[in-house]
Amino acid sequence: MLSETTHIIPYRTYFVVLITLLVLTSATITVTWIDLSAFTVLCALLIASFKAGIVMKYFMHLKFESSLFRILVIMVLSIYVLVIILLFFDYLFR
Amino acid sequence: MNRMIMSRDMEHRDDIDSRLGMWVFIFTEILLFGGLFLVYAVMRSKYSHEFHQAALHLNTFVGALNTVVLLISSATVAMSITAVQKGNNKLAVRFLLITLICACIFLINKYFEWGHKIRIGLYPGSDLMITLNHGSIMFFSLYFFMTGLHMLHLIIGAILLTVITFRVKRLSINRDHYVLLENGGLYWHLVDLIWIFLFPLLYLIT
Amino acid sequence: MAELSSNPERSYLENTGKRTGLMAWLTTTDHKRIGLMYLYAMMVFFLVGVILGELMRLELFKPGQQFYGPQVYNGIFTIHGIIMIFTVVIPGLAVVYGNFVMPILIGAKDVAFPRLNLLSFYLYILGAIIAVSSQFMGSGPPDTGWTFYAPYSIQTHTNVVAAVFGAFVLGFSSILTGLNFIVTIHRLRAPGMTFFKMPLFPWSIYATAWVQVLATPIVGITLLMIIAERWLKIGFFDPSLGGDPILYQHLFWIYSHPAVYIMILPAMGVITEIIPTFCQRRIFGYKAIAMSSLAIAGVGYFVWAHHMFTSGMSVTAQWVFSLLTFLVAIPSAIKVFNWVTTMYKGAIDIKPPFLFTLGFIFLFMIGGLTGLVQGSLATDIHVHDTSFVVAHFHYIIFGGVGFAFFAALHYWYPKMFGRMYNNTLAYVAFGFLFIGFNILYFPQFIIGMMGMPRRYFDYLPQFTLGHQLSTIGGWILIIGIVIMLVNLFSKKGAKATSNPWGGRTLEWTIPSPPHVENFDIMPEMGKDDEPYDYE
Repeated sequence: MLSETTHIIPYRTYFVVLITLLVLTSATITVTWIDLSAFTVLCALLIASFKAGIVMKYFMHLKFESSLFRILVIMVLSIYVLVIILLFFDYLFR
Repeated sequence: MNRMIMSRDMEHRDDIDSRLGMWVFIFTEILLFGGLFLVYAVMRSKYSHEFHQAALHLNTFVGALNTVVLLISSATVAMSITAVQKGNNKLAVRFLLITLICACIFLINKYFEWGHKIRIGLYPGSDLMITLNHGSIMFFSLYFFMTGLHMLHLIIGAILLTVITFRVKRLSINRDHYVLLENGGLYWHLVDLIWIFLFPLLYLIT
Repeated sequence: MAELSSNPERSYLENTGKRTGLMAWLTTTDHKRIGLMYLYAMMVFFLVGVILGELMRLELFKPGQQFYGPQVYNGIFTIHGIIMIFTVVIPGLAVVYGNFVMPILIGAKDVAFPRLNLLSFYLYILGAIIAVSSQFMGSGPPDTGWTFYAPYSIQTHTNVVAAVFGAFVLGFSSILTGLNFIVTIHRLRAPGMTFFKMPLFPWSIYATAWVQVLATPIVGITLLMIIAERWLKIGFFDPSLGGDPILYQHLFWIYSHPAVYIMILPAMGVITEIIPTFCQRRIFGYKAIAMSSLAIAGVGYFVWAHHMFTSGMSVTAQWVFSLLTFLVAIPSAIKVFNWVTTMYKGAIDIKPPFLFTLGFIFLFMIGGLTGLVQGSLATDIHVHDTSFVVAHFHYIIFGGVGFAFFAALHYWYPKMFGRMYNNTLAYVAFGFLFIGFNILYFPQFIIGMMGMPRRYFDYLPQFTLGHQLSTIGGWILIIGIVIMLVNLFSKKGAKATSNPWGGRTLEWTIPSPPHVENFDIMPEMGKDDEPYDYE
């Protein structure tokens, strides 16, 4: 018995994810037609992040890898976000 | 029987090592593009109005089309893994070919996009560019640098997937040995992920 | 039976027969051979860097121009920095001892991706060649300093692109090494060796590898931006096109500050290995040291702008980064306390590795404390861009990383080469190195506070005494380097046993030098086994 079973993800799952991504893409485009100034960017970025999340989770198999991979992804993204925040301590307060 | 399972277990262990290595490499690419996104964030916050104006020069339809094309290509490369896992190498090759065709469509679109701009003199360092306002110059510099670097990675990914397609066809990538396909897929998904962020940030600025 | 394939019972230094001579080394994927090749290459680059440093000190012996003018001086300190930073101390202990010793310490046969390891080495050589070629090609050696600040790096006609591209290639080498080490430590530990049963040098290499992997790409893209600025006028850092030169500084230091942790973390890791051996005591506070390595790597990402207090960035950013800088000093201090506590009531044996370790602790403390002077906003205004800064970072990098490198070299030399060296000569070398080092750099603190700017080829007469002392210190230091190298590399000493120092970690359980695949019997750690099993 293999110590770790290989997950074979059905075609259907990928198809559903693809449709979701296409729907979210059109949602992004629609959202940016509404002018909420700063919030529009935020909205578009949130949708993009969600799309990225499901690409990583399903297409890139993060859901089926050991939890180590998930922890590392979160760690890397957190470091990056913190760097942006710190950078803006300069640019927002000049 | 035991030894066969043991050696398959060892290969499985090696596959995990290989995928972990690929993920770490993906992290480095995320940080590489991350540096560019930092510049983007700074410049956009500084020149938000000029960015909006300059972005009108970009064709949202072409950008959206490219987004759709990449998303499909991502789905098909993932499906090709399922096909190989099920032993259906023929189907896997078909999926990979769709991925490669999508890559070509993307590149052709980019060729026309860039070509048009270069023809009307809208590129970094051009005589026209120097006459524009600062925010527009920053926008177009970012546009060319970011989509250019992305395109370079797309081409590398396409070459990698082409090699992989041949190996799937030759059956040297098969249901017992397919970590190369997985890693090629991971790299391709990275190319897709970057574009998922580039598209709204460059094309959809209100 | 003919010896066709590698016989695992043979020393890694002997050729297996498939290839001979130089080719056997140039095509090797053995982590030990790769570590040695890095060592030899790095020694060459270090000596070149030292000579460049001595050339600077020679010109600075008296005010006014003696041997060459400001343009040449600027070129010298630039290439001195590029070589020392990018080809010596950043690759540093990670690439020599991380390669050679780390896999053995975790009970592995090799790293996770041996061929990638060899690629890293060749990228290192290629990058170094490209960087050095900047001196001889194009329109003159770059004169920007190793920091390549915009707008000058965009405008100067000197050969910035070659230097910058060389650094890019070197960065790529660093990234691949970090990647390799992360996967190695996660996946190739011996059975039973959990993360918290792993010795502390691999812990430090692990933390370092994450910094290499996450920070280096940022400088990679920044260097590409410099090239794009010079060749394509993209303007990110050019105010006349809408850009911001301070943005360059941010991007540059977002890497280059974590880079100093790439330098120091493996150094601290080595010190943590040496002290238990020569005190014959378990390390005090194993978990604290392991966690502090991660903390230094982590918090180290968020302090970069303390290099930019006088650049023109916002006051808010200034105090945020000053605060974070003080925080990052805490885990380093924790390590020092733990090291000293380990020594307390230990059976101390001052062999050369331990003497260099003591030197490290002393010099690192001075470097670290003077760092606080710069981390504090008000005092930094006074010392920024003076010799004080130069002295500070040389105490940390040379006194810290450098002396730790020498300590590691003296510690693992018997294991790597299967021979001992002369202890007396080692002590003499240490004496010249330590005394020379302090006479070279301590006066620079003083003249820096008095107002001596850095990167100036000439100076006011009141700084003359300090400069002369400093130059003389440099000569004493060089004598120490020569004695050390003669001791280690020009004579064949007595044969070394597998455990000449009485250490308890895995490298001391195998022959000196090791066999090709390190372990004849794969090690296993039991439930109650510990990495530092003294008493």
